[in-house]
Amino acid sequence: MSEVMVKKKNNTVNKASKREENSFGLQKEKANHIIEVNDLNLWYGSDQALYEVNMDVPEKQVTAIIGPSGCGKSTFLKTLNRMVEMVPVVKTSGSIKYRDQEIFNRKYKQEYLRTKVGMVFQKPNPFPKSVYDNVAYGPRIHGIKKKEILDQIVEKSLKGAAIWDELKDRLHENAYGLSGGQQQRVCIARALAVEPDVILMDEPTSALDPISTAKVEELVQELKEKYSIIIVTHNMQQAARISDKTAFFLNGELIEFADTDHLFQNPQDKRTEDYITGRFG
Amino acid sequence: MLGQKERHIKKRMEGRVIINRLMMVLFGVATAIGLIFLVLLFYRVLTQGIGYLNWDYLSNFPAPYPEEAGIYAGLIGSIMLMVIVAIFSVMVGVGSAIYLEEYAPKNRMTEFIRINIQNLAGVPSIVFGLLGLTFFVYLFSFGYTLIAGGLTMALLILPVIIVAAQEAVRSVPAEMKEASYGMGATKWQTISRVILPAAVPGILTGTIIALSRAIGETAPLIIVGAAAAIYTLPESLLAKYTVMPIQIYNWTSRPAEEWQFVAGAGIIVLLVVLLLMNSIAVWIRNKYQHRL
Repeated sequence: MSEVMVKKKNNTVNKASKREENSFGLQKEKANHIIEVNDLNLWYGSDQALYEVNMDVPEKQVTAIIGPSGCGKSTFLKTLNRMVEMVPVVKTSGSIKYRDQEIFNRKYKQEYLRTKVGMVFQKPNPFPKSVYDNVAYGPRIHGIKKKEILDQIVEKSLKGAAIWDELKDRLHENAYGLSGGQQQRVCIARALAVEPDVILMDEPTSALDPISTAKVEELVQELKEKYSIIIVTHNMQQAARISDKTAFFLNGELIEFADTDHLFQNPQDKRTEDYITGRFG
Repeated sequence: MLGQKERHIKKRMEGRVIINRLMMVLFGVATAIGLIFLVLLFYRVLTQGIGYLNWDYLSNFPAPYPEEAGIYAGLIGSIMLMVIVAIFSVMVGVGSAIYLEEYAPKNRMTEFIRINIQNLAGVPSIVFGLLGLTFFVYLFSFGYTLIAGGLTMALLILPVIIVAAQEAVRSVPAEMKEASYGMGATKWQTISRVILPAAVPGILTGTIIALSRAIGETAPLIIVGAAAAIYTLPESLLAKYTVMPIQIYNWTSRPAEEWQFVAGAGIIVLLVVLLLMNSIAVWIRNKYQHRL
């Protein structure tokens, strides 16, 4: 009981002043966690893919997840909005709390979770529709029909994804005609249009050229003003460039989770050190 | 030594080249056999039927004299039957395809059902005729009516439509479904806004090809009692009806030679309708392929 109260108090304090939060290292650890993962295990059929993962994701920061292929980082990401359950044989145990609500709770609606925890995928995956209809898809499924409101949302979301200026005269062109980088930013705009809290990004730049990658990275920096971002990346330089905290996964285990500078400059675990110095992976 | 080897290769070379030629001729002949009979068929039908094919033929009911006989009742009957078949088979077929692909648990039972639907597509049409006779004609007491014929034909092509629709639904990229679910869409919203629009071309193509199989079918309709000759168009679903293949079959079994020409004209009309339907299917497929 008292712990909860302390937590709440910390939350308000930290929201009021970010500087203050940074000056108290301990409080920063404790407070402003938008997602809390406790003892998460996950199995695909009989193969265990995640082992006892504990991780608190900070609010309005960029959290990067790194690790070699097959280490479970994408699986972990997809568990956070329960997309992983699209694979029928998946079983999970443990707890994930989004804003103190247990997302595995039977009464908790997946659809609600996914409007709050949006996702951007590895390969740009626009619908074969116009740019406008792509971005308006989310608001429409949530019941917004008025043209004026949709117009506003589309403009705001495209601006949010830093692609409005490029596309404002091409809103009614098919999104398939855009370049890969533009498609990916339209997909980000589409995710923003639902007004999520958290944005999960699953290697969002792995299919893009360096210039588009730079644009998306820049965008991520802007987005963290308003959103909490969790990004899976293959690219350690990218993690170092854009993230505030970094988590290192290996064989389904969370090996180390720390401030990005700290993790890259002073890794606590031998395995982390081996990975970031390129000894394997 | 070397010269000997060279000679050996040369000797073998001739044999290899000859066999290659021979094979080409063999396969060419195989193709030609099919083509020759197709051309012969077209030639016979056209030369025999074209003389009888005119506006009167298209707008006349069957008559006791070959000069006055027409395909009107069969043509309209076939079209009406196809509309009924299309409505029922598409509704049920697409519905079950969506259930099997999107809702059904992926287990052995579903797999068993899936395989058996594919098997059903190979069941002889006359068996479906007997099924229709038992259910629609007698059990539901529709009698020998348009609706009984339509439902029987719908059952006949249902497996084909389910399989085509399943393939169309399955070929919608998973990334697109993920995008929709990722924004909090329900399954039904994803189906109606993403999966179905993307699957429509495939479903339409499959449906038209299935319908063009149905429009040429005779056996099941003989069993469920399509009329050999009617003199008014069917006025309701519970009216007597006839279709082109039945009409043609009826004419070919008459002794006087002129009736063969009347039947030939009927076959031309049937072929034209078939060709039209297939062109529509091809057109749809090409149109939507460009977009994806």
